[in-house]
Amino acid sequence: MAGFPIRGGVHPEERKLTSDITIMRVPTPGRLILPLKQHIGAPAKPCRVPGEIVYKGALVARGQGNVSAHIHAPCSGYVEDIIDWPAPHPSGLPTKAMVVINDGREIREDVSVPVNPFYLRPEVIAERVAQSGVVGLGGATFPAAVKLTLGQSHRTPVLIINGCECEPYLTCDDRLMQERTQDVMGGISILAQALNGPETIIAIEENKPEAIRLMHKAAEKFGNIRVMPVPTRYPMGSEKQLIEFITGRQVPAGKLSADIGVMLHNIATAYAVNRAVREGKPLTTRIVTVAGEAIVRPGNYEIPLGMLISDLLEFCGLKEDPARIVMGGPMMGQAIPHAGIPVTKGCNGVLAMSAAEVARRVEHPCIRCGTCVDACPMGLSPLTMARLLMRDKLDAAVDIGLKDCILCGSCSFACPSGIPLAHYFNYGKGELVSRAQQKQKDDEIKRLILGRQVRMERQEKEREEAMARRKAEIAARKAAQAAAEQADKPMEVA
Amino acid sequence: MLEGIFTLTILGLSLGLFLGLAARYLKVGADPIVEDITAMLPGSNCGQCGFAGCGQAAEAVAGGTASLDMCPPGGKSLVESLAARLGVDWDFSNSTASEPSVAFVEEATCIGCARCFKACPTDAIVGAPKQIHAVLNSACNGCRLCVDVCPTECLQMIEVQTTLENWRWHKPLPQLAQLRPVLARAQAA
Repeated sequence: MAGFPIRGGVHPEERKLTSDITIMRVPTPGRLILPLKQHIGAPAKPCRVPGEIVYKGALVARGQGNVSAHIHAPCSGYVEDIIDWPAPHPSGLPTKAMVVINDGREIREDVSVPVNPFYLRPEVIAERVAQSGVVGLGGATFPAAVKLTLGQSHRTPVLIINGCECEPYLTCDDRLMQERTQDVMGGISILAQALNGPETIIAIEENKPEAIRLMHKAAEKFGNIRVMPVPTRYPMGSEKQLIEFITGRQVPAGKLSADIGVMLHNIATAYAVNRAVREGKPLTTRIVTVAGEAIVRPGNYEIPLGMLISDLLEFCGLKEDPARIVMGGPMMGQAIPHAGIPVTKGCNGVLAMSAAEVARRVEHPCIRCGTCVDACPMGLSPLTMARLLMRDKLDAAVDIGLKDCILCGSCSFACPSGIPLAHYFNYGKGELVSRAQQKQKDDEIKRLILGRQVRMERQEKEREEAMARRKAEIAARKAAQAAAEQADKPMEVA
Repeated sequence: MLEGIFTLTILGLSLGLFLGLAARYLKVGADPIVEDITAMLPGSNCGQCGFAGCGQAAEAVAGGTASLDMCPPGGKSLVESLAARLGVDWDFSNSTASEPSVAFVEEATCIGCARCFKACPTDAIVGAPKQIHAVLNSACNGCRLCVDVCPTECLQMIEVQTTLENWRWHKPLPQLAQLRPVLARAQAA
């Protein structure tokens, strides 16, 4: 079935050189660093104290609040400490992290396995997914259980499984579909079960023929699950673009896909859900594509969460000092400042790029050719927005759709003048967040000032009242004394 | 003759009635711009702008005698909202607005005199007599009122630290290639 046309997009060089290399397990290092915030939402709260012994798969930090996720120990050993450690973030600023020491004994926490996951009610599946700390593994890291609950409360007739993997270099989902087809399929059927059996479409880009063939074969057994090859075009794997291509419907600005009855889950998420529900294993490892020209042995590796990228690069071998290390894909991934950062749930790729790969283009003036407008998948005008942001006209940029920008980087990629358009939009969106935070603080301060004024007035009034009362008391006492003296006099007389 | 007098009397009476009612029901209390600006300002009356309080500063801004970036606690967002309200094109490149700051208690020299938290307009300082005081960063708007009353100078203003929550992408710097025509024009002129 041909999809509905979508606009924009670009064709970056694919460089998916690792798509034929079997997934390899990486031995767990001696020390794992688990950041307490590996997902969107509130950071998890540690439920183990330093020095406490933990088994593999044991809950070490509990998700708190409505949107959060549990974190489990990827090895047996003990909790060494809870420290500040550089976050997987372009700034490399510190975040709270738990240090777990691996004793190498691989003792597993006892798990409960259901007889048949298809006898479970949808809410129970969501609960088990939540207990296992599964988040969206495509990179967005939105807690999967929260998404399932959202899908259950809305009417969700369409479930899309995202196997597009449109970013260059990355092949981890491709390998997962090829090697662990049955597990992925099992996860997809559990997700469908959790949403009361919607129409399920597995979208795979046409540049993965082997994965399409295997998944198609595996899907034949199921009635309402089918595979849909989608054209190879970046950013096909973006939620909004994929939904529009498959259903022909756009997610309205500022709304969620659940509002139009569509739910999207990643292939790797489906695999993790299968492990969580069928085998009772929490999310403690993930498949990561390690690539880039600085790597000796590129490939797909099954990595325990919390392993430092420096350990990983040592395991895969480095030809040269990488000029840049990117977490995620080259288009939307984050360049990280150094390799001392742990692999987290949302990390689908680690790219160690050589100096030749990252050669920066010289920036030239905008020639108003409109290439970026053609490339923009959201139908925006990147050149106008960048022009406005250059002069800090934030409101004007918002008026022409800054909030709708998905930061896919297609415009920067397409720009013949090498203008860092996506960087401008990152800047603009950051300014919007700052502004909202400042507004919130201003309102809070006004509330505090008003509260203080009211309190001061009340205290002043109370003081005056107390003074008046004391005056009255003194007057009363004096009157009583006078009366007593009056009363005493006749006594003296008598 | 009578007709004319009659017409003008009716006209005068009706217009008078209309103006009287309008004065009553369409009354404008104070300058709405001043009111709006007062609502935008922090309201802590800290005096860093050089005026006695936020009300006077609002009047000065509305009258055009004060600059839009006169309020350090308000920061960039206040300048933006003021510029939007007054319809002024504000250029941030020559702005002198300083970085946001918060108060900080140097614990070694704090004697617990309890003067600072009495001076704080936002209740951002907690403590008790003879106990070390501390500042709640989320409630401090950097008005500096506490710094002046501290007898041991243990209260200082520090810049707000960059954390993962308030880190933002910097603005891309224009590269030389983009500046070349500007420079050429400047040289020609």
